[in-house]
Amino acid sequence: MKEETYRRPVAGDHPPNLSPDYKSTTGRAPAKPAIALPHTLSEITGPLLANERLDAHENDLTKQRMAEPLGERIIVQGRVLDQDGKPVPNTLVEIWQCNAAGRYHHPGDQHDAPLDPNFYGGGRARADAEGRYRFITIKPGAYPWKNHHNAWRPAHIHFSLFGPAFATRLITQMYFPNDPLLAYDPIYDSVPAGARQRLQASFEMNLTEPEWALGYRFDIVLRGRNATPME
Amino acid sequence: MTSHALTPSQTIGPFYWGTIVNACRADLAPAGVAGERIEVVLQLHDVQGAVVPDGLFEIWQANSHGRYNHPDDRRNLALDAGFEGYGRASTFTDGTSHFTTIKPGRVPWPHGGGVGGLQAPHINVSIFARGLLNRLATRLYFDGDPALSDDPVLKLVEPARRDTLIARRDPTGAWRLPIHLGGPNETVFFDI
Ligand SMILES: [Fe+2]
Repeated sequence: MKEETYRRPVAGDHPPNLSPDYKSTTGRAPAKPAIALPHTLSEITGPLLANERLDAHENDLTKQRMAEPLGERIIVQGRVLDQDGKPVPNTLVEIWQCNAAGRYHHPGDQHDAPLDPNFYGGGRARADAEGRYRFITIKPGAYPWKNHHNAWRPAHIHFSLFGPAFATRLITQMYFPNDPLLAYDPIYDSVPAGARQRLQASFEMNLTEPEWALGYRFDIVLRGRNATPME
Repeated sequence: MTSHALTPSQTIGPFYWGTIVNACRADLAPAGVAGERIEVVLQLHDVQGAVVPDGLFEIWQANSHGRYNHPDDRRNLALDAGFEGYGRASTFTDGTSHFTTIKPGRVPWPHGGGVGGLQAPHINVSIFARGLLNRLATRLYFDGDPALSDDPVLKLVEPARRDTLIARRDPTGAWRLPIHLGGPNETVFFDI
């Protein structure tokens, strides 16, 4: 039997589990090192959700309610790639975010900012054969959290991706370029300095549509396959 | 070689509920799927032992014949209509997530070592929560399964910690596995 395996992240790719400036990691980060598992079918397969049917407006968060939400309409698009730059086709991309005022449509969010009845904040898209995905949404606001005095999350969109295998599962956050709050955010700053810029979308005029919406590009890179198949 | 740098992981945060969990899938096995129907209860605890009410579990498993519903599982074993093998559920206020599924069959161990070439039945588990910057991965095995003693993955784990991976039947018959993020009973997590 021939099986391919997935490359392992290297030091500096991901944040450490224990990042004490992000306070809740101290109560939740495992203390013992994870045990390296040689890949088997359990790790190199994973949910493809191929039968999941997406409704017409799932990737347009401005069209999911009775009227348009308040805020600055934006386009967020990009490609899902592997480490060789090859597209990851047909993968499900899920996003969620707060509204333009910085409030989530969630019972646990008690931030003193208005809910927008026309903004739910959840979306899904399926990447095409070239790994391309696209969302229409509104720019999320910054919001306070109680991590430390005067703590504010920079504007961000949460992303969830499956990729081709259990090993490629990724949940992350997309940020906006040059946000001054990034320098004060222990969640963004938990990522090693050489890697955190990968979480910033780029503003692109050629994705921007006249009289309609600014365009941002956010390419996502999932683990690639090892070059040599194992026997 | 590597031309593109990996996108780093970030926490799921506390506010995913109502968005991605709209697609909650706690019942993996509609009527007619072959195999032994089982209930699985996972319960998430923080390093102090307190339950985690805002976590998310995902599970991924083979069907009762030991076949993954995925093109890279090329073995000539039956796929079951309606059974993908993927589940997702957020934790309740008591830290538990409940799944209905079927007991998975055995899948191969391709790395040699004289253990018969098969792994013991197991369910692959992902854990996400506020305060977790990376997905944590572990496995659920079934207490009493005769294949446990030969399982090559359990053999990678020091004997005193293997119990953290083995679900036991509770009085209702459900397979229950506490997941401890830390503390004296810290669950074994895998670097996959
Ligand atoms: Fe957030």
